[in-house]
Amino acid sequence: MNKEPKIPRREFLENCSRKVPAWFLIMATFGAEEILAQEESKYDPGQHNYAMGIDIHKCIGCGRCADACKKENQVPTEPVFFRTWVERYVIPTEGETQVDSPNGGIDGFPELKSGTEVLRTFFVPKLCNHCANPPCVQVCPVGATFVSEDGVVLVDETYCVGCRYCIQACPYGARYLHPTKKVADKCTFCYHRITKGLLPACVEVCPTQARIFGEVGKPSSPLRRFLRFNDVTVLKPWLNTEPKVYYAGADGEVK
Amino acid sequence: MLKIPKIPQQLIPLAILFALLIGALVLARQLLVPDTFGDLGHYRAQVVNEIGSQQLAYAGFEACVDCHTDVYQLKQQSRHKGVACEVCHGPAASHVNAPDEFKPNIPKGRGFCPLCHGYNPSRPSGFPQIIPEQHNPGRACMSCHNPHYPLLPHTPEECSACHRDIANVKVVSPHAALPCTRCHTVPEQHRINPKFVRAEKPSSRELCGQCHAQGAESSPEIPRIDLETHGGRYLCWDCHYPHYPEAHK
Amino acid sequence: MLNVLTQLPGITGYIYPNEYELHWGLLIVVYPYLTGLVAGAFILASLERVFKVKVLQPIYRLSLLTALSFLIVAPLPLLAHLGHPGRSYEIFLTPNTKSAMAMFGFVYAWYLMVVLLLEVWFDYRKDIVFWSKEKKGIKKFLYKILTLGATDTSEKATLFDNQIGKVITIIGIPSAFLLHGYVGFIFGSVKANPWWSSVLMPIVFLFSAIVSGVAMVLLIYMITSLVRWKQMNMACVNKLAELLLYAMIVDFSLELLDFIQRLYESEESITILSQMISNRLFISLIITQIILGSLVPMLSIAMARFGKLADEMRRMLYFLAVILVQVGIFSTRWNVVIGGQLFSKSLRGLTVYKMELTGLEGLLTAALLLILPFIILFILSRILPPWSEEKPAVSIP
Repeated sequence: MNKEPKIPRREFLENCSRKVPAWFLIMATFGAEEILAQEESKYDPGQHNYAMGIDIHKCIGCGRCADACKKENQVPTEPVFFRTWVERYVIPTEGETQVDSPNGGIDGFPELKSGTEVLRTFFVPKLCNHCANPPCVQVCPVGATFVSEDGVVLVDETYCVGCRYCIQACPYGARYLHPTKKVADKCTFCYHRITKGLLPACVEVCPTQARIFGEVGKPSSPLRRFLRFNDVTVLKPWLNTEPKVYYAGADGEVK
Repeated sequence: MLKIPKIPQQLIPLAILFALLIGALVLARQLLVPDTFGDLGHYRAQVVNEIGSQQLAYAGFEACVDCHTDVYQLKQQSRHKGVACEVCHGPAASHVNAPDEFKPNIPKGRGFCPLCHGYNPSRPSGFPQIIPEQHNPGRACMSCHNPHYPLLPHTPEECSACHRDIANVKVVSPHAALPCTRCHTVPEQHRINPKFVRAEKPSSRELCGQCHAQGAESSPEIPRIDLETHGGRYLCWDCHYPHYPEAHK
Repeated sequence: MLNVLTQLPGITGYIYPNEYELHWGLLIVVYPYLTGLVAGAFILASLERVFKVKVLQPIYRLSLLTALSFLIVAPLPLLAHLGHPGRSYEIFLTPNTKSAMAMFGFVYAWYLMVVLLLEVWFDYRKDIVFWSKEKKGIKKFLYKILTLGATDTSEKATLFDNQIGKVITIIGIPSAFLLHGYVGFIFGSVKANPWWSSVLMPIVFLFSAIVSGVAMVLLIYMITSLVRWKQMNMACVNKLAELLLYAMIVDFSLELLDFIQRLYESEESITILSQMISNRLFISLIITQIILGSLVPMLSIAMARFGKLADEMRRMLYFLAVILVQVGIFSTRWNVVIGGQLFSKSLRGLTVYKMELTGLEGLLTAALLLILPFIILFILSRILPPWSEEKPAVSIP
């Protein structure tokens, strides 16, 4: 049995054809398009998982990355605090591997002692690995350091009590105590830049593109190509920290 | 009737004290723990926004193109296309915001370019390097090289211009007198466009045999070996580093 | 070997740039030393109370007060060390349950309030009530407050005191283990540091705590007896020395085991750790921890306890031995805390600890923090005398 609709069908369809276009016109007039566009471009951390690739074969040890980082993030300039630094490895034909990092590499590297017979030598940039299983986050007693939704390990400088346990727990020497703020500090992947679609300062200024910034699990990220075509390693994998800085061409002597 | 055991008198003040303590803890939790703590994890969620609003110092690779289009486009056709403007000119975000107030630095003189181009054997072989003390001392780098289109004033004749680390080893070896081209086929284009046109490495024993085989027509001081049997399955350079052939070690 | 012109002073080899500064310094050496004494002294008290080692009766109350004095001072080095001590309440309000350090607030509070303060109060309560009636003036007022209003001294109430005291002591033993053991766990669970990362760390910490605690109580008993011109109870003293010896044997064996195992396994870090021991820790490890702090005291005590010697000679040897033990255990803490930071995590270099004299992390502050417990003990022994001759009435055993 067909029930009689409350609004006759014809009337309903006529209303639609008149009112819907009108609705669109009104929306456009009041800039709804902009509002909708804004909703789309608002940063959603859950959509990202940041990581970095470093190509040892490309690094020329110029130190511009360490320099830019200090300028971008107001890192104290004494030669003992670094969010990122460059190490030089010199593997002689006989004897121990020599490693140095004078002022993080910012001022260049001094000459090798004459007579050193070198087998291999290269530069290795280092920074916080933003581990997926970070030992530093595990040990913070108050919850001042944490992994953000987009995979970046950050420190809340208003909450940190300065106990320095996280600095002890980091196997990579990436953390330091800020000398004046008295809180733990470290590389943030330039969080204030990447959340605006920019690159971290160290990646921006690398003249040979030895540093590649991108996202894990995103096919269109430049990091994906890097991971596809390089035999990558991470630092100290046996510690199960799951670092997210991937090294291509890292020698076994790199620790 | 249930006989309720009498609570010992000692426990009453203790119970009161403990209750007060627990109460103080609960109150402190309410008052002192920051509002957004625990929203996203065991941290103060608001701090993510605070960190995200830090001031920028560097403007970015593409920031300069809108105003400095000519220079940018020139640079992008040159060997420095991967070098961001701010590598040499320093952080420029303040310049982008107020172009007349803040001017980025222009590195002149000879102090800056050697940070990348000064000879250092740890740099990858093939990266163009000079020895600053020997290379046109006293003259500013910019007087011969345009940093936005760094062409060399003339095509390098010597391989050591880019392969100094190898040249330095070879020059004190028994092969010092041999030019690189004796063993490596180097197309002319390699000196101009080294990344795209590669030089070749030799692939057979006969090359070394030209001097080192038993019946070769070369100086009698050159050590000789039986080309067919010496070293079995290995090629010459599997054992002898051609740039410093330490034949007796 | 590299001609590195910008090498910073005191560094050999390569350290990560951020490792230049040692983060856990003298104050963090003092803290486990203090909590170790607390745990050790409490274990002694529990031996008398729970395990009925009656010969230790003279030092029962003294051990409790010693433990309390050191426990009161224990958080001070931590507070002084924090970058933001004003925020330290966060550890109570938002503790990260995955962090061993977050336990500190609760374990400390538990041990102070539920174990030590309660045990002292229950043990002294009858006497406090007595003194609140007997004493005059401000002391009377003080004792009245300390009674907390619980003035019932009937047989039933006293029996209850006794029973609950026993229960608290029983709970207190694992609590004491936890109070000091968690510090060992804090170090032992740091996988980034091969000097610290070890299953044995909490056990070694605990046994060295027992050693230091027993030695400290013996030392205090000997000194206070001397100062008060009272005869030392030799049976008690001998028992303490015996217990100390056994604890030292276990502690030394554990550390020897760790040493042998490390050498035998010869894992990656062995080279730099060996270098660190010979170049940086030689005096504090070989001389003060092993020889002066362990071997000499063990031999002296064994000789004194089991040899045929006159009592005066015995006492002299015990006295010297327990002082050496304190030096030895302090060196142990030093070697763990400072030693763990003297080598780089790159395993390629060593650095130095630059100890300050003044300042919050300086030598003077540490010395003050080490003296303070004795001052507090003195004050406590005035308010709550632990001497058995002064017990006003015979309590139920």
